[in-house]
Amino acid sequence: MQQSNRLRPFFENITFDRVDNEMILNFGPQHPSAHGQLRLMLHMQQEQITKAHPDIGYLHRGMEKMAENMIYNEFMPTTDRMDYIASSSNNYGFALAVERLIGLEVPRRAKVIRMMLLETNRLMSHLFWLATTALDIGAMTVFLFAFREREYLMDLIEDYCGARLTHSAVRIGGVPLDLPDNFIGDLRKFLDKLPENIKDYEDLLDTNRIWLMRMENVGVISKEMALSWGCSGVMLRASGVEWDIRKEEPYELYDEVEFNVPVSDKGDNYARYKLYMAEMRESAKILYQVLDMYEGTEPALMAHAPQYISAPKLDIMTQNYSLMQHFVLVTQGMRPPVGEVYIPTESPKGELGYYINSQGGAYPYRLKLRAPSFWHTGILTDLLPGHYIPDVVSIIGTTNIVFGEVDR
Amino acid sequence: MRAYTPKDNVQKKPYYTDRYWVAPQVAKHDVSSDEVFAHDLDAIKAKFEVLDAYIQVDQMVVIINAADNFAVIEMLKNEREYNQLSEMSAIDWLATEGKFEVFYQMLSMSKRKRLRIKCKIDEKESLQSVEKLFRSADWSEREMYDMFGVVVNNHPFMKRILMPDDWEGFPLRKTYPLQGDEFAAWYEVDKIFGKEAREIIGPENRDPARIDRYDTERFSRLGHEVPRGTDITNGEPDTPLVYQEPEGVFLIEKFDAEQSVVISDRHR
Repeated sequence: MQQSNRLRPFFENITFDRVDNEMILNFGPQHPSAHGQLRLMLHMQQEQITKAHPDIGYLHRGMEKMAENMIYNEFMPTTDRMDYIASSSNNYGFALAVERLIGLEVPRRAKVIRMMLLETNRLMSHLFWLATTALDIGAMTVFLFAFREREYLMDLIEDYCGARLTHSAVRIGGVPLDLPDNFIGDLRKFLDKLPENIKDYEDLLDTNRIWLMRMENVGVISKEMALSWGCSGVMLRASGVEWDIRKEEPYELYDEVEFNVPVSDKGDNYARYKLYMAEMRESAKILYQVLDMYEGTEPALMAHAPQYISAPKLDIMTQNYSLMQHFVLVTQGMRPPVGEVYIPTESPKGELGYYINSQGGAYPYRLKLRAPSFWHTGILTDLLPGHYIPDVVSIIGTTNIVFGEVDR
Repeated sequence: MRAYTPKDNVQKKPYYTDRYWVAPQVAKHDVSSDEVFAHDLDAIKAKFEVLDAYIQVDQMVVIINAADNFAVIEMLKNEREYNQLSEMSAIDWLATEGKFEVFYQMLSMSKRKRLRIKCKIDEKESLQSVEKLFRSADWSEREMYDMFGVVVNNHPFMKRILMPDDWEGFPLRKTYPLQGDEFAAWYEVDKIFGKEAREIIGPENRDPARIDRYDTERFSRLGHEVPRGTDITNGEPDTPLVYQEPEGVFLIEKFDAEQSVVISDRHR
């Protein structure tokens, strides 16, 4: 008899001779189009899915537990590993939550830089989404094109913070660095070319017969279903709900910039694809406005709050008291006031929320990470039945799930 | 005598505590300061017992009895336009009060307001599922069960979600150590190789920062080098430090100040 636990191949997953002709297909955990470790247990009638059980947890690192054993600043690099396609938005969400808990106001230049990082990350994430989804469907050219553009953005981020994937480019209370000299010029050059690039992708895909067959009327999410499943971001807006946290509950400088929130009422894969493309254009629009804001801001990058935030490096190196305070903040950590806070931000994937319960100590008492992809994976339970095997790939593609975020 | 460590909370403790430190509080505002929230609270108060209610960081927090959780959320959804349950989970207060605190983070898109419903339950007590109202609670409640062991009644599929099905212990409880417990250390060994291989393989090292001073295979010993793999549990051999073989190395000459040239112009 085979033992299921040993490292030997065994075939518990596929049963061929059942009376009801139902086949259980194990999709994953290693599947190139699952974009991570997703296991789907699919009950099939011929090619059609009758029941779906997403099984997650293959990338579970216990970030919430880790957060309870770390000082606040120590946790920042861990947030990078959630949505590692757009890590600055995770950094930002956490920094914002702690800032709201403390009640800090961030200097304007830091806000401008954060806006640039957030929107650059959104572009990176959407390009990555387009590339991988198109590749899953079979459009190799789009994959290469989109990765080429993403590479420019990665280089740009590398110029700013030195990292390409896990940026940690935001600090609680501001940003660590000012922009390098070439940053604004390079970003502007990229943005000037972006509309052409997006047009290239759309020329390749919009009227492509294969793309349309895989996308149109596949994976239709109704408005009620999207709301009930806690969908957010593009998943929600493609189903006809006009809800963008940047617009409705503006944070940072989003209330000062002009941009539109693209909405569709179709709810299918194609609608989501169109929204991603439209969002890229809106991001570019925001970035142009933010680039103009940078000029004429005060040079301060970190908030002044000696109890929580270290002084600038110059002060630390020249003034005794700043050095002492820096030493205490590094070794013991800041102690936010007693209270709790839930701060949502619009990450490229949807509503990224941080719930922090502070008991006045240097470690958070409880930190809950509300990652959008978690529910966008859950919705597959209700979304997949009725679809066919090839649709699974395109639906997983357009849900835009990232497993660092699902499993945390 | 070994220092006493409390068993009901094994989370990391700060090495420095100030016993005179009085932690500041995040301001709690009266609910009447916000018109929308005041109406919502009145609607809840009309039918249910509200233990406490306040506004903190622009969001209303309402503390109710755990038995009312389904009815309150149903009312908020159907009558007060709170159309999304964006998050729910628990907080472990077992060490201090012997209770779990469960919170439901809700969003009303039409009013642009977020509120948090909270209730407390005992360790062995179970809670009514709100999965019938919000499908998102399906996975949230499973995660809460997985991480805290809070059982939810009337849930369609009450099973662990992130941890393996046969896992023992609830990782987010304060009694659960960060590096995992005894069960965690043997889990993969038992699963993959079987219990009989325990003696050969040993427990899994779950502390990535662990240093073994007797391990000469994986740790370099700067200044105290010994040949790789030497057993040094019973003292170590005295190895003199030799950085170059006495008779010299092929192609490499020892530095001789007499024969060397000093370059003064670096652009030469």
